[in-house]
Amino acid sequence: MPVFKHPQILIASNLTDGEVVFLGPSGWERDHRRARVARKADEAAALEALGKGDISANRVVDVYLADVEIGSDGAPTPLHYREKMRVKGPSVRLDLGKQAGEGAL
Amino acid sequence: MTAVDLRVAQRPNAPMTTYRYDEYDAAFVSERVAEFREQVNRRLSGALTEEEFRPFRLMNGLYLQLHAYMLRVAIPYGTLTARQMRRLADIADRWDKGYGHFTTRQNLQYNWPKLVDTPDILESLADVEMHAIQTSGNCIRNVTADHFAGVAPDEIEDPRPTAEFLRQWSSLHSEFSFLPRKFKIAVTGAAHDRAAILVHDIGLRVVKNDTGEIGYQVVVGGGLGRSPFIGKVVGDFVPREDLLAFLEAILRVYNRFGRRDNKYKARVKILVHEKGIDEIRAAVEAEFAAMDRSAFDHDPEEFARIAAFFAPPPYESLPATSALLRAAKLETPAFANFVDVNVGAHKIPGYAIVTVSLKPIGGVPGDATSEQMRVLAEASERFGFGELRVSHEQNIILPHVKQDDLFALWSMLDAAGLATANAGLVSDIISCPGLDYCSLATARSIPIAQAISKRFSDMSRQRRIGKLGVKISGCINACGHHHVGAIGILGLEKKGQESYQITLGGDPTFSASIGEILGPGVTAEQVPDVVEHLVDYYLAEREEGEAFIDTWRRIGHARFKDVLRREGEDGADI
Ligand code: HEM
Ligand code: SF4
Repeated sequence: MPVFKHPQILIASNLTDGEVVFLGPSGWERDHRRARVARKADEAAALEALGKGDISANRVVDVYLADVEIGSDGAPTPLHYREKMRVKGPSVRLDLGKQAGEGAL
Repeated sequence: MTAVDLRVAQRPNAPMTTYRYDEYDAAFVSERVAEFREQVNRRLSGALTEEEFRPFRLMNGLYLQLHAYMLRVAIPYGTLTARQMRRLADIADRWDKGYGHFTTRQNLQYNWPKLVDTPDILESLADVEMHAIQTSGNCIRNVTADHFAGVAPDEIEDPRPTAEFLRQWSSLHSEFSFLPRKFKIAVTGAAHDRAAILVHDIGLRVVKNDTGEIGYQVVVGGGLGRSPFIGKVVGDFVPREDLLAFLEAILRVYNRFGRRDNKYKARVKILVHEKGIDEIRAAVEAEFAAMDRSAFDHDPEEFARIAAFFAPPPYESLPATSALLRAAKLETPAFANFVDVNVGAHKIPGYAIVTVSLKPIGGVPGDATSEQMRVLAEASERFGFGELRVSHEQNIILPHVKQDDLFALWSMLDAAGLATANAGLVSDIISCPGLDYCSLATARSIPIAQAISKRFSDMSRQRRIGKLGVKISGCINACGHHHVGAIGILGLEKKGQESYQITLGGDPTFSASIGEILGPGVTAEQVPDVVEHLVDYYLAEREEGEAFIDTWRRIGHARFKDVLRREGEDGADI
């Protein structure tokens, strides 16, 4: 198992429309700020297990953990630029994607 | 049934556009759509797992990307009718977000389709004889061809009948649906290579021998990606009647020796590189001599039947030059610039080939809105026999415009924001989607293209610089052809940041070369500065008539490296 360095959240793509989703307290959320945060390796493993369950239940695909930092409001923000893009949408089309308030579950 | 009928009946794939569907093709595509609808339903109900479903969706051109699914629609040899272009626009409005992305493989990508909608989208495509088959997977991919096919003055023969002939042949052979890796073929029939045939697995160039007989120069083992190679000649003159057997011999040698143990090494380019072209040529010749070639007998009747679909439109007989055009150029300088840069000579007197740039200054290379697609469709109907082409430079071509109509066409394009006069210039940048859309990307590529384009927004400066190919990829897969950019840019990740590696001296034409690395990677902000310094150095050093690549070849890479080093010392922090 990789060394646990940062808090993590679980990211996936919604099966029916491919929208990026985050595992929240009670199911998948389209807003990463509502994602459940794992602060220890065993919490991260528990998130992953839930995600795998939802792959089997055909709700989501392409599930993985992403490192985050926690803001003063307690909300997580991804650390890597790839996931920073995924929580917003294309940087060249600010009128599209989550950053434009698009998408729904 | 005759042999031809049988072949048509068995053809498990659908041609399109100017090559019209016959009833077998239509039935085949409908079947494929119905089959995929069923597969999607079974996926949604949970009867299929993602692992089981993935090969089916890829076979139908559907990928999962960073923000959504992506659907890749085939545009074989880049040829489209006005009706098809309109349908692409309608699909963008109805099921996507009002735009599409034309790619360097002469395809169109939609960035936001929903899985549940894709069967309807495919059905809507099938209705205009289009599909998303052979855009993905380890098969022989859509055969690409010169986008000036059939109209270029330097052409020996229209390459599209050959491309279509090969497509039908490759679709017929199920053993080639299970190749070690994907396999890409490009064909040109002209003296100048606009199809980048030397960087394909197999490149074909129509040639004439001393007796005037038409045949093919066959090149093998080119490619880009993580290990770029220039293809090598495996057959100097292969007569048309031997072409299929010869290609079959190449594929057999590849299937026999090609490495399946490592997907990065499974491409034919690696085989050619490891064994050397002489050994490969000997093996191909031996296979060709030994094989039962009767199964690959050339069928001139079938070839002629296909060629008939690419018959020229009913041109008028016109004077070679147009007085109207001359007058309009004098009167409207912006139009004159457009004609000088984006309009090319046509083989028929009085006509011209128009390149419509999808690279407005600061825009997203290759993107077109549904509204622009409709304008292009209408422009092609009013001024170009309803035919359009997609070029691997991610632009749209109107291949048969009367010189007399050029001003009216330009006015219409200009009103739709489609008259950027930069074809082949520094802002006509090839860029892959990169990290703005692509899940494989290591860095963004579109914003880099936009920044360079804005830096050179002065069009008279662009014209002074002249032909210059800037090509950008967002990862080592090289979809943006950066290896063959005179200036190539590759986006990588370095210490958790986007970092850009610049190469110089790439060339996709018959004088093909792979670019050489300039120096350490630079940040996104530095890329336009570096490009500008390189361009300024070229302008200072160039001799009469030299393009960037010529000057680079003459004075050498080291001198350009010095520019970068000096800039670094001057405090530019590169
Ligand atoms: C956005 C989704 C895309 C994905 C997932 C993707 C994936 C890939 C991969 C994995 C390769 C490497 C193939 C190899 O080395 O064997 C490749 C090659 C290539 N792709 Fe893409 N690509 C995408 C989009 C595009 C686009 C938009 C274009 C055109 C602008 C394009 C044009 C090409 C070309 C020309 C190559 C050939 C490189 C070669 O000769 O090896 N791709 N692509
Ligand atoms: S080069 Fe890489 S980033 Fe660009 S489209 Fe291809 S796979 Fe995606």
